[in-house]
Amino acid sequence: MAKLFAGIGTSHVPPIGGAVDHDATQTDYWKPLFDGYEPVKAWMEKEKPDVAIIVYNDHASAFSLKLIPTFAIGVADQFAPADEGFGPRKVPVVQGHSKLAWHIAESLIFDEFDMTIANELPVDHGLTVPLSITCGKPEEWPCKVIPLCVNVIQYPSPTGNRCFNLGKAIRKAVESFDEDIKVAIFGTGGMSHQLQGERAGLVNPAFDKAFLDDLTNDVDRLINISHVEYLREAGSEGAELVMWMIMRGALDDNAKEIYRHYHVPASNTGAGIIVLENEDK
Amino acid sequence: MRTDRDYSDIPGTYVFDPEHSRQGYHLNMFCMSLNEAKNRDEFRESETHYLDKFPVTPEQRKAVLERNWIDMLRLGGNFYYTFKIAIFDGLTMQEVGAAMSGVSKETFQKMMLDGGRQIDGNRYTSEWKK
Repeated sequence: MAKLFAGIGTSHVPPIGGAVDHDATQTDYWKPLFDGYEPVKAWMEKEKPDVAIIVYNDHASAFSLKLIPTFAIGVADQFAPADEGFGPRKVPVVQGHSKLAWHIAESLIFDEFDMTIANELPVDHGLTVPLSITCGKPEEWPCKVIPLCVNVIQYPSPTGNRCFNLGKAIRKAVESFDEDIKVAIFGTGGMSHQLQGERAGLVNPAFDKAFLDDLTNDVDRLINISHVEYLREAGSEGAELVMWMIMRGALDDNAKEIYRHYHVPASNTGAGIIVLENEDK
Repeated sequence: MRTDRDYSDIPGTYVFDPEHSRQGYHLNMFCMSLNEAKNRDEFRESETHYLDKFPVTPEQRKAVLERNWIDMLRLGGNFYYTFKIAIFDGLTMQEVGAAMSGVSKETFQKMMLDGGRQIDGNRYTSEWKK
């Protein structure tokens, strides 16, 4: 049977992808951040997940205000990088796992999570930057990917509790899939940042550090962070962190922290990364 | 901005809530259209003619033409959408952040390098009025 063995939480700031694309990861500005990613790349190479479920948000690329699914799952064989206004990123086409994705979609819907199912889903930096962070600049991405897209742009985004429970249902779905494969789940976005308004540039390292701590110390506190607390304390775009709760919900209650790194600034953002593993991985 | 929400007292923050979304639909969909290269070319050729295709309000139209980023947000723009105009203009997130917060690009960049805008003193509108 398939096994969901680990989770990664990571920011998905677009210029991080830009730094990889333009070979700028060793500049004075970017080196401290990318040095912090090296152990995660090594972990990926060692653990070799067959599939990564990447929980991310679309930034007006595949979806627009025409249609705003709260949770969408990509079930196609391939997902092309989206044009976000300056041409698509020159990164490998993302290879899907259609059979597992459909299995997850079916299982989630029977578990009363009313998923939107996407057969065509161009993927933007929200999904491709986490791949660049964890895999570098390969010819092909080393694992298959199931995109799980969450609305965090139109208020209100789903609650932390709903996201956590969706994670639990994803775990159940994966582990009832009849193939011996290793599956990792990524929760992406955040950490604290505010891109818009007169308060643009807000970063709250204390909030971010407590969030990283409580992914293992006090998950209940994180589940119950309200929309207004995210907005006030982590900035208008900090609410992306609910996507990390889907990742967390998919892991054991006593999942262990293997690694973390935190750096300010990556563009306008507090950039965090964490690796969590189940005990019996 | 509405004043009856639990987030209404967060300073300098435009929450893209249902009221904003209703107000800004066409403005945002104009921005969305700039994802396509042929539309970017058309907008480059004549901003005013291209905008004629979208039923935006006169205020929204003015804000776009003047690149008044705050007015765009105030009039229902969502920043991920309005930022597509900034991409079109070749601006970075930090340049637009500087423009929105009323400082120079250099000042904004320095603030970010120094760890970003502090949370203390920036949680409540009442703290900005002092």
